Amino acid sequence: MEATTSGANRTARFLYSLRIHLRVLRRNLANFWIELRSRPLALLGGIVVLVYVLAAIFAPQITAHDPTEGDLRQRLLPPAWVDGGDPAFPLGTDEQGRDLLTRIIYGARISLVVGLLAVGISVGVGVTLGASAGYYRGPLDQVLSRFADLLLAFPFLIFAIGVMAFLGPGFTNLIMALTFKEWVEFFRLVRGEMLAEKPKEYVEAAKVVGQSNLAIIAGEILPNIIQSVFVVGTLRMGTMIIMEASLSFLGLGIQPPTPAWGSMIASGRDYMLSAWWTSTLPGVALLILVLSINLLGEGLRDILDPRLKVE
Amino acid sequence: MRGVKILERILMTIPIIIGVAVVVFFFMRLTPGDPVDIMMGQGGAVSAGEMEQLRKEFHLDQPLYTQLWIFFKDAAHGDLGYSYTQKRPVSELIAERLPATIELAAGALFFALLVAIPIGIVSAVRQHSLVDQLSMAGAFVGISMPAFWLGIILILLLSVRLNWLPVQGRLTFGVNLEQITGIFVLDSLLAGNWAALADSVKHLILPSVSLGAAPAAIIARVLRSSMVEALRQDYVTLGRAKGQVEFLVVMKHALRNALIPTVTVIGLQVGVLLGGNMIVETVFGWPGLGRLVVKAIFVRDFPLVQGAVMVYAVTFAMANLVVDVLYTYLNPKITL
Repeated sequence: MEATTSGANRTARFLYSLRIHLRVLRRNLANFWIELRSRPLALLGGIVVLVYVLAAIFAPQITAHDPTEGDLRQRLLPPAWVDGGDPAFPLGTDEQGRDLLTRIIYGARISLVVGLLAVGISVGVGVTLGASAGYYRGPLDQVLSRFADLLLAFPFLIFAIGVMAFLGPGFTNLIMALTFKEWVEFFRLVRGEMLAEKPKEYVEAAKVVGQSNLAIIAGEILPNIIQSVFVVGTLRMGTMIIMEASLSFLGLGIQPPTPAWGSMIASGRDYMLSAWWTSTLPGVALLILVLSINLLGEGLRDILDPRLKVE
Repeated sequence: MRGVKILERILMTIPIIIGVAVVVFFFMRLTPGDPVDIMMGQGGAVSAGEMEQLRKEFHLDQPLYTQLWIFFKDAAHGDLGYSYTQKRPVSELIAERLPATIELAAGALFFALLVAIPIGIVSAVRQHSLVDQLSMAGAFVGISMPAFWLGIILILLLSVRLNWLPVQGRLTFGVNLEQITGIFVLDSLLAGNWAALADSVKHLILPSVSLGAAPAAIIARVLRSSMVEALRQDYVTLGRAKGQVEFLVVMKHALRNALIPTVTVIGLQVGVLLGGNMIVETVFGWPGLGRLVVKAIFVRDFPLVQGAVMVYAVTFAMANLVVDVLYTYLNPKITL
């Protein structure tokens, strides 16, 4: 046998393995699509989420009004289908004369970005720490697990409110507040899976072959774990969005005049008796989005990892 | 033997509670915004001398670890400090507001269990039936809805439009009630004051539903799936083969085992209830601990926030402990 491989040989082998990987990926995606198509509810959820995302991205193009500046002469107009409504403002206007539909669409930007960032960062932190703790064990594991337990002793909202009070309101602080507690969720998930996977034979085999610890974690174990992370991440996104709305509702999240569904609902409360749409409709938008995310997440869980079934 | 284990668990929660106290302590101290400044802002112009005196009084001039030590020393005696903004002892403030929060949490839990348990059982027994599908759909919507929005919708529909239930607060102005525990429903029962009972219950309904809807949905789903699992087991088939009444088979055997994971989830939901009641309290003007804490955080009232968060953490830890103990009763194979 050749003791070394020439450069050309190595390139050829690399390209070959790449082609194989791509073929496998295409097949997995095709299977995934078939599975998804057979679950109409999940598919519906996915489509609705996509609609929200597109609407959020193209908000300036699809809306006719300014989301932050309003015309006070047009304040508190009801939705177009109610007596006194104006088709130019399909969902009515709020107390400052701003078009509700426009604000709701712009509000989707906030919710989606907050949800994605909060979950994304939590996943990054949680997976890294969880994998390390589960793989290496020892004092690192002890410290991190105790810290996680400590964080879990706080009810989520109280913790988030406390952090927001500490940091002040605003977008980045909101993300930090949410992430600071959420990473524990993924930490525990990945750590648990790591503890289960590590004793298995393929890990042993990789070690024998001489792969470094990092390569083992990243290359061998993580691909097996990543599916549950993906599912949990999708399901948690709905929770994150509701958290953001709750914090904005209390005045601790996104500050006016930036449109955020939570603060819109809060300011609409003063006009509940006369103008129910200002409080209600943003909540409907929120409900539909979270519902769709949950439908999609449940479908994903069914397809990727039915083991996760009891919450 | 079990008693020892329970004691052990209680002892294990203490480091966590201490940890919580330390975290809260440092969080508040490191927050920008000098509490003395804020207090002064309420009283008008003050001299530098008075500010110094106030600082001394609240030990704010001492190094952090001394303040921490003082806090723990006092807490061990039940003295949680003195609120800057309310000018009263923290323990007094908390004791005043706590019953309202407990009543709300209990009401929400009661509603959640009342709804979730029958639905969970029926859905499992009649799997895939219309009842099952409707319930699970309803549960799905329940977990996708924010509690404060649900509260607003309920107020709009049931209070404003239909006038069936009151909008805010705990008791209508003018209804007399002698307070013993501070939990109005309990107090009116104890006093035989039926008017107050009806009134306080009416005020409790909407907030409890708002707060309890999401937990109800989650509990129903978990109960259903564990019931489905339990009903598939051999002992159920055996029970039916032995000729046992179906109702008994379901309720005694299957349910008992299905409750095991469910009780864990219920315990987790207590945490949700504690965390969420701030929001619901705000929506319904419920004079509980949650609203107090939110306001206190805004004005940097350290002692009040510390005390309240401590109370929350302790309650949460206790709830978890109760859940764990219940667990061992339900499944003798599991020890603490």
